[in-house]
Amino acid sequence: MSLGPNLLLALLEGTLAAFVLAVTALGLSLVFGVMRVVNVAHGEFFMLGAVLAWAFSQVIPGMPAAGFLLALIGSPIVVGAVAVAVDRAVLRRLGYEPEATIIATIGLLYVVQQLVLTFYGPTARPVVAPISFRVLFPWFGYSGYKLIVMAASAALLIATWFTLMRTRIGLVMRATQFDRETAQAFGIPVDRVYSMIFALGAMLACVAGVLVVPIQQAHYLMGLDPLLLSFIVVILGGLGSLRGTVVAAFVIGLSDGIISVFFSPTLAKILATLLVALVLVFKPTGLFGARGR
Amino acid sequence: MMLTLTGIDCFYGNVQVLRGVSLQVAAGEVLCLLGRNGAGKTTTLRAIMGLVRPRAGRILLDDIELTALPPHEIPRHGVAYVPQGRRLFSELTVEENLTIGLMARERGRATLDRVIGLFPALMERRRQIAGTLSGGEQEMLSIARALCLEPRVLLLDEPTEGLMPSMIATILATVKALKSEGVATILVEQRVESALHVADRVTFLENGATRETATPTELHADPSLLHRYVGVGLRGP
Repeated sequence: MSLGPNLLLALLEGTLAAFVLAVTALGLSLVFGVMRVVNVAHGEFFMLGAVLAWAFSQVIPGMPAAGFLLALIGSPIVVGAVAVAVDRAVLRRLGYEPEATIIATIGLLYVVQQLVLTFYGPTARPVVAPISFRVLFPWFGYSGYKLIVMAASAALLIATWFTLMRTRIGLVMRATQFDRETAQAFGIPVDRVYSMIFALGAMLACVAGVLVVPIQQAHYLMGLDPLLLSFIVVILGGLGSLRGTVVAAFVIGLSDGIISVFFSPTLAKILATLLVALVLVFKPTGLFGARGR
Repeated sequence: MMLTLTGIDCFYGNVQVLRGVSLQVAAGEVLCLLGRNGAGKTTTLRAIMGLVRPRAGRILLDDIELTALPPHEIPRHGVAYVPQGRRLFSELTVEENLTIGLMARERGRATLDRVIGLFPALMERRRQIAGTLSGGEQEMLSIARALCLEPRVLLLDEPTEGLMPSMIATILATVKALKSEGVATILVEQRVESALHVADRVTFLENGATRETATPTELHADPSLLHRYVGVGLRGP
């Protein structure tokens, strides 16, 4: 293949990575933005999504599309419930202290990981894609499912944006983000909003996990990479800025895809972390970091 | 009495900041809290809103015990708060700030129109980000947001702080207008002249405890309480 087709392939793979990363990182960014909780276990919700997708796909054998649809609905419900339970049982009791919640979510990371290892095992298991058509370019065929993942991710990003900016519940969430105490003085049940945000953040990671499992296989350690990349993206985009998170996900995802195809994946990671370091040196608030007013 | 506080004790950590605070406000009455910095004026308002939980004492709104309610239920019973420093949702627009106020008690268009009627300047700026308003406009918005609850009790914490005289006059006029509508108001104020201008009664706080209560007429006749609890005299009548 010559440069042109290679570049097209790199762009497609980069865009796919960027969309999945954007959905995952948006969850992390939302939780940090509103609750000031650094959720170190965020990647585990991603992994749970993938593992649950495998489990749901076993419920309806022989009908991959139906099983996958079930997973797409069922996994976020399960993960959302887990997140609400974690919020009530752990985070709320810690008073959302930043340091304490970091330690607590590190603990949660290991608990979830070991539970999955115990009940699901150490093997990586594939899930059959719900559709199998290929888009034929003159030079190579490309998985139609990957295009659907991009479209679904874009729809999720838009839906999240719409919820936050155009609905009453989104307004309540934003008000809670800017001033928790005053929100309470205006009748906003801050505890319930926090549970909702934590569940929403976890569910975004979970859906990303469900979407990638036909491409990546489900494995109990698969949460680490999305966690690290999400952190990079959230810091690069600016803490608390959802727009920044999405833009940074595309910077990291696309450059990762292109550099991986033409040079090596290791160089891609080196350059991504170097970029974060440079941004932090010259613009410590990140690309879209909000200044206090 | 519409709002009654009896023997309120509040702590920040182990430090006691309110000691047996007791006071009362009736419908259509303006009660002013005066005292030096750290006397417990702001904490008293925060205790009414449930933002600090009293360890002892009771707060009654008519016959509803506010001290037994979770903080977000208190505004739903018609207690509205204008915090010190305004505390707007500064990244949200003027309109969104007002919507939060309306949502607290499920009020709608009619309430909004009435509030905007009091502060027409906010109408022109309704799509503007609240944090970019001038100080006076921010104070108007903070009061307007509270009035969107159609409050029965209004708590105002230094609403005239840092404002120019014409704006102070507007705000005091608003307080008087609400009084005539039967709203019970507690006003925390550093400016003694402003306080005496609108208050029906003045309660003095010192070291977290309520001391004497007097009417403005009594204080004009004998300003010694002002000297004792606030450390200032009165300029002119």
